[in-house]
Amino acid sequence: MAIEALVREFEQVAANPQAQLKKYKEAGKKCIGVMPYYAPEELVYAAGMMPFGMWGSNKKTISRAKEYCATFYCTIAQLDLEMLLDGTMDLLDGVITPTICDTLRPMSQNIRVAMSEKLPCIFLAHPQYRKPEFGMKFCHDQYTHIRTELEKIKGSAIADADISEAIRVYNKSRAARRAFVKLASEHCDVITATKRAAVLKASWFMGKDEYTEKLEALNAELSALPVCNWKGTKVVTSGIICDNPTLLKIFEDNNIAIAADDVAHESRAFRVDADETGDPMTALCRQFAEQDYDVLLYDEASNKNRRGEFVAQMVKDSGAQGLVLFMQQFCDPEEMEYPYLKKALEAADVPHIKLGIDQQMRDFGQAATAIQAFADVLEMRK
Amino acid sequence: MAEEKKAKKTVSPGVLALRKVVEDVYADARTAKAEGKLVGWSSSKFPCELAEAFDLNVMYPENQAAGIAANRDGEIMCQAAEDLGFDNDICGYARISLAYAAGKRASRKVDFETGEYVMDPNSGKPLKDENGNVVIDEATGKPKKDPKTMQPYTVLDDIHEIAALPEGREKELRLAAIKPYRQMQMPQPDFVLCCNNICNCMTKWYENIARMCNIPLIMIDIPYNNTVEVHDSNVAYVRAQFDAAIRQLEEITGKKFDEKKFEQACANANRTAQNWLKVCDYLQYKPAPMSGFDLFNHMADVVTARGKVEAAEAFELLAQDLEENIRTGTSTLPFPEKYRVMFEGIPCWPKLPNLFKPLKENGVNVTAVVYAPAFGFVYNGLDEMARAYYKAPNSVCIEQGVAWREGICVDNKVDGVLVHYNRSCKPWSGYMAEMQRRFTKDLGIPCAGFDGDQADPRNFNEAQYTTRVQGLVEAMDAGIAAKEAK
Ligand code: SF4
Ligand code: SF4
Repeated sequence: MAIEALVREFEQVAANPQAQLKKYKEAGKKCIGVMPYYAPEELVYAAGMMPFGMWGSNKKTISRAKEYCATFYCTIAQLDLEMLLDGTMDLLDGVITPTICDTLRPMSQNIRVAMSEKLPCIFLAHPQYRKPEFGMKFCHDQYTHIRTELEKIKGSAIADADISEAIRVYNKSRAARRAFVKLASEHCDVITATKRAAVLKASWFMGKDEYTEKLEALNAELSALPVCNWKGTKVVTSGIICDNPTLLKIFEDNNIAIAADDVAHESRAFRVDADETGDPMTALCRQFAEQDYDVLLYDEASNKNRRGEFVAQMVKDSGAQGLVLFMQQFCDPEEMEYPYLKKALEAADVPHIKLGIDQQMRDFGQAATAIQAFADVLEMRK
Repeated sequence: MAEEKKAKKTVSPGVLALRKVVEDVYADARTAKAEGKLVGWSSSKFPCELAEAFDLNVMYPENQAAGIAANRDGEIMCQAAEDLGFDNDICGYARISLAYAAGKRASRKVDFETGEYVMDPNSGKPLKDENGNVVIDEATGKPKKDPKTMQPYTVLDDIHEIAALPEGREKELRLAAIKPYRQMQMPQPDFVLCCNNICNCMTKWYENIARMCNIPLIMIDIPYNNTVEVHDSNVAYVRAQFDAAIRQLEEITGKKFDEKKFEQACANANRTAQNWLKVCDYLQYKPAPMSGFDLFNHMADVVTARGKVEAAEAFELLAQDLEENIRTGTSTLPFPEKYRVMFEGIPCWPKLPNLFKPLKENGVNVTAVVYAPAFGFVYNGLDEMARAYYKAPNSVCIEQGVAWREGICVDNKVDGVLVHYNRSCKPWSGYMAEMQRRFTKDLGIPCAGFDGDQADPRNFNEAQYTTRVQGLVEAMDAGIAAKEAK
């Protein structure tokens, strides 16, 4: 298939997750909503069910969720609740609610209460001590709980062999996405910012086997093209999510391409693979243990600025001229780490801008002005 | 009126003792620092017993931030943090603490020529003549200020900037100008103790301090709990962390863990908790022998000194005072108690008088606060200690949260609930709407919510608050009338 046709398919999926949910349900699959962050989706896949990413929505307005929370919560969490309340996600058979930030903690309770008669809610609390044995053990207990709850929905046990197989499928998918991110930078004339986002976003709403097959085909097509002679500039994106096509279009209009990302909804979700040998549950815990450089994760070397420096280095290695931070409104984990990210970027002489965004934003005038001005800064850095 | 004033001014021996305990904790830490000993900073619900076993001096940034906010310096410190890049969305305690950790201080404006403080003409109380009448300034038509009560302008300073100055007059004056109250004179940390049971914001807040000051961080991670029971898996996870924390503390201090001291600290903490609960339980009396707002002040002792015998004793003394109040039919409440409410959340420290005013006007006493059960935990042995620390205000599931609150609402006979939607505290405010519905459903009492912030005065709207209190009072009237009619 031609590049455009493949990209269009991903775009359609990304633009209409609900149609995907319907499609999988009609095919007889049970679907499990998976809220951010770091839920072991592999277990859902191993259960023969479809994990369905829940990252808010760019098209909805918060209304019913107001019965549960005040205004000062990020739109991702509020819109997830909204979609559960307003029937958008009625086809789900369960939802996994991780609790790694202060918004997701009470939200897990609101969702459980609001869905008590509708949907099983599977609770997940990750340990912040990830590497020590006691942290691994706790993670193992948590993941076992998820497995048990999924088994109840499935109606039978999940075999270890199926989890191992799921890990292989997911590793392959992660590798393909990492390769795509590189190729998207090399061929940023073809894979523009909006297209890149759509391709990566689609992964949350497609079975990973099917998704990977398509993505590998796209990667092959892209690899066959000569590396583009990009006349514009490049940035690294950072933040929780930046999938709004209208916003990303402004980057295209200013000839800014995305060289790499430090985004939770994108690369942070597929940086680390799980071990394909040995006990698969332990492999999943080990995978979480190896997650790093994330505003949501405790850093045992806390008096160092490892995460800030990692991101600054990423900008250098990727050949970008600067960084754009998409600051999700009311996201205190991101806000808390901004000063030290800024420090590391400044020390590495990397220019950056911080764009305040949320998913209910409909007017991008201010963002457009900021991006335009930043484009000039980037131009001088080429 | 005269009586009211008197009631306010008499400070009982128990209250004096409690104040002294906190004063001493701060003073001891300043002395320790001056002597070159280690001083740590700790989150409020870190297991203090561990630090006590090493005789460490520990300060509590949340208590400090509350004090700074109550001293009206919350805004300048929050602003300082925002200027460092911390978003104004972040918890006010964290912002104040991060600004302080970075070396920022609220200071008095000095005239370097004269060496005197520059007074703010807008500060101070109205001047009164010999008959007690307010003196009006003829030029402006406004009340004149009493020069004796005027305060210098508050300015922001930075201890690192001051340290970099050459020795001399400016350096001396600027150092001396830093506000003298204890929370603005807290020593900088040599290590930090973080327990994220109350919120996850803690984790990165303390990491930031560790980075700013280049010091070790000792972390106790308590993941959120979805069930009323604390499972063995969770206990094992926390227990193992206690062991790791002990090893880290041994390294930092170069001392061996002193089991005897640890046991003593545990005994003290238990005794403090029991006496704290005993004090809180005096609010069950109708009318109550104290204003529930007093508890907010006494919390400082539970936070900063619960592992110390002095705190346990001071609460015992306070219990005696309250017993005496019961006997004599008096109360620290400066008005007759007409209604009884639970106050949900942390108070807005910079606005305490404003919070109190409509309550006083309407005869509303706060007779229940959730800190009573939240800090009144008693345990036996390390496993139980891990379980106890697992149950913090924002680490428990909604059922446990509701049970705590409904328990004290019933025991303390409240007529209604006043809910602070605290802009600073996401984990706390995040399930309050549902809790409110449950209080009304389960207990048949009215609830009213208002928007505020524990530390940043910019987020409190007095007009809204007054209206909500009014609404609550009307609803309580209706509720009480309905009960009587039955
Ligand atoms: S956007 Fe931030 S606040 Fe919201 S769920 Fe994600 S990490 Fe939590
Ligand atoms: S519990 Fe709430 S108020 Fe306390 S430090 Fe955490 S976020 Fe701030």
